[in-house]
Amino acid sequence: MTITTSAPPAPPQPKRRVGDRLFAGSATGAGVFILLVLAGVAVFLIAKSLPAITADTADLPDEKSLAAYVGPLVFGTLMAAVIALVVATPLAVAIALYITHYAPRRLAAAMGYVMDLLAAIPSVVYGFWGIATLAPALVPFYGWAAEHLSFIPLFAGPASVTGRTMLTVGLVLGVMILPIISAISREVFSQAPALHREAALALGATRWEMIRMAVLPYGKSGVIGGAMLGLGRALGETLAVAIILSGSGGITFNLIGSSNPSTIAANIALQFPESSGLAINTLIASGLALFVITLAVNMLARWVVNRRADFSGAN
Amino acid sequence: MSTETPLAPAPAAASSAGPVRTQRRLPKAAPAGLFAAGVLVGALLSTLTGFSIALTVIYGAVLGTLAVYLVSRSVEGRRKATDRLVTTVVTTAFLIAMVPLVSLVWTVLENGLPRLDSTFFNSSMLGVVGEGGGAYHAILGTVIITGLTTVISVPVGLLTAIYLVEYGTGRLKKAITFFVDVMTGIPSIVAGLFAYALFALFFGGGVRLGIMGAVALAVLMIPVVVRSAEEVLKLVPNELREAAYALGVPKWRTVLKIVIPTSIAGLGTGITLAVARVIGETAPLLVTVGILTGTNLNPFDGRMATLPVFAFYQLTQPGVPPEFGIQRAWTAALVLIILVMALNVVARLISRFFAPKTGR
Repeated sequence: MTITTSAPPAPPQPKRRVGDRLFAGSATGAGVFILLVLAGVAVFLIAKSLPAITADTADLPDEKSLAAYVGPLVFGTLMAAVIALVVATPLAVAIALYITHYAPRRLAAAMGYVMDLLAAIPSVVYGFWGIATLAPALVPFYGWAAEHLSFIPLFAGPASVTGRTMLTVGLVLGVMILPIISAISREVFSQAPALHREAALALGATRWEMIRMAVLPYGKSGVIGGAMLGLGRALGETLAVAIILSGSGGITFNLIGSSNPSTIAANIALQFPESSGLAINTLIASGLALFVITLAVNMLARWVVNRRADFSGAN
Repeated sequence: MSTETPLAPAPAAASSAGPVRTQRRLPKAAPAGLFAAGVLVGALLSTLTGFSIALTVIYGAVLGTLAVYLVSRSVEGRRKATDRLVTTVVTTAFLIAMVPLVSLVWTVLENGLPRLDSTFFNSSMLGVVGEGGGAYHAILGTVIITGLTTVISVPVGLLTAIYLVEYGTGRLKKAITFFVDVMTGIPSIVAGLFAYALFALFFGGGVRLGIMGAVALAVLMIPVVVRSAEEVLKLVPNELREAAYALGVPKWRTVLKIVIPTSIAGLGTGITLAVARVIGETAPLLVTVGILTGTNLNPFDGRMATLPVFAFYQLTQPGVPPEFGIQRAWTAALVLIILVMALNVVARLISRFFAPKTGR
């Protein structure tokens, strides 16, 4: 190499070449830079939301206190994400099971590829589909539900005539996170040790018994982790909600009405372009709340997923 | 149910169970037939109450599943029946999950194709009211901002992956791995707010620049690049590195000349998929770049148009009369999907054609 040290009796320790130092330094620097960026996100959000946190209630938008402003948004965010999770998780597990254990081998690879493609479709397109196709299609159901199921608080009615309700949003978000959850579930299901599966079958188990005894216990924490990641995605989803939801109301459990609490992300997207001054700070403060919520969910998810990796011995 | 259920033992079908066992089994086509019969009854039932496709599907799925379960239970016993039940449920769930996804693609194609013409690609929205107009400016804006994002993200992401695989040890490595994972989950709108807060510090409030959008997208793209590059670099066999060290090659040259060329196909695929992931992001661009009716190709000077934001505003603020704006919105959505699909195909091609030559 071009850079050499002159000392003839080379010491046993490895030589430190300039190129090595530069390269190792820049690689380490890049890693540290990422940590700085993440810290920066937190710091800048806090710095920009401080004016709203310390401001007088009268100066804030709608003259409401920050908690009263953010509260319904947090509620709406959680509501939509939970609906999405409840709808998507069973379906995603079914898809993953179907692709890994039921579908014909040749089809399975193609299906996996299609699911990956669907995960890449931009959220704004899901919003378009939700408002153009799903919302009108659900209007008759909402009418029926308000008539017959109104004893359940979730379907208290009166039903929305546009279909732009919390339930529609939840369903669209569910469709959006379906590919994510099923991709992770698929991965853990296909990693279930072949020996366990074959042993179960050899003992006379039916396919379902084999799955229940060998695949599901192995994949459980992977599914949980995948669902949490999907939850994180649903919590932060912006455009689909902004397009579909007619969000103006306060906290309500009525999923099919026309006045719904908006979500944090959608509210920011809709209000931000026209806001200035303290309104911006308020929006950033709500963004900070969203950041904290998703951070917590994601950390939990990673912890669950990584715990499996530690004990599985698959890697 | 209309389908016959032969109760005779079927030794041919049960041959794998051995010659001694004469377990009673349904013929191969029976479950599908039973399910179809159930669906048929469901369709009849929904016709009675006014035909609708949704009701048919619900009735059909429930009745078909029930038919399969009950018949199998009476013929084959409880365990086998449960197995068939789960098979039916899983398959049905899979098909039901496919419905919205197919419907999505269909809706976008149906609404987007009419305006997929040359005007859409070579005119901007400058001075356009009503008919005509296109997304020329938005497509260029998306290309510029995504390009800038890639220029920022790829070096940082790649170097971090190299650090994690080749150099990293101890606490720092663990911390970076963990926080990269956490960073994958940052909501896109929060990334947008971060870029806004960062630039507002230097340029004052209300600032809108193309580069802000690129920074916001980079926050989303870097972790994706790191993750995929890390996976790929890990696949490079240690023997290659050791062979290089044995020849006296310094570590940095080993990485540059051995490790990266070996994994270049995977890196290319990962980066392309990461680009596909951010090219459709709308929310961060909405708060950092805004929208413009004319063409602005300078990301350091004022607002720019981008395809996703263009689609959003054309749908929500279509102008008068609304139908032309809405048509443009759908076509923009279609172009977005085509872009994402194309990037995915490119990623596949990269991994196929640049893969290291193995075996001889």
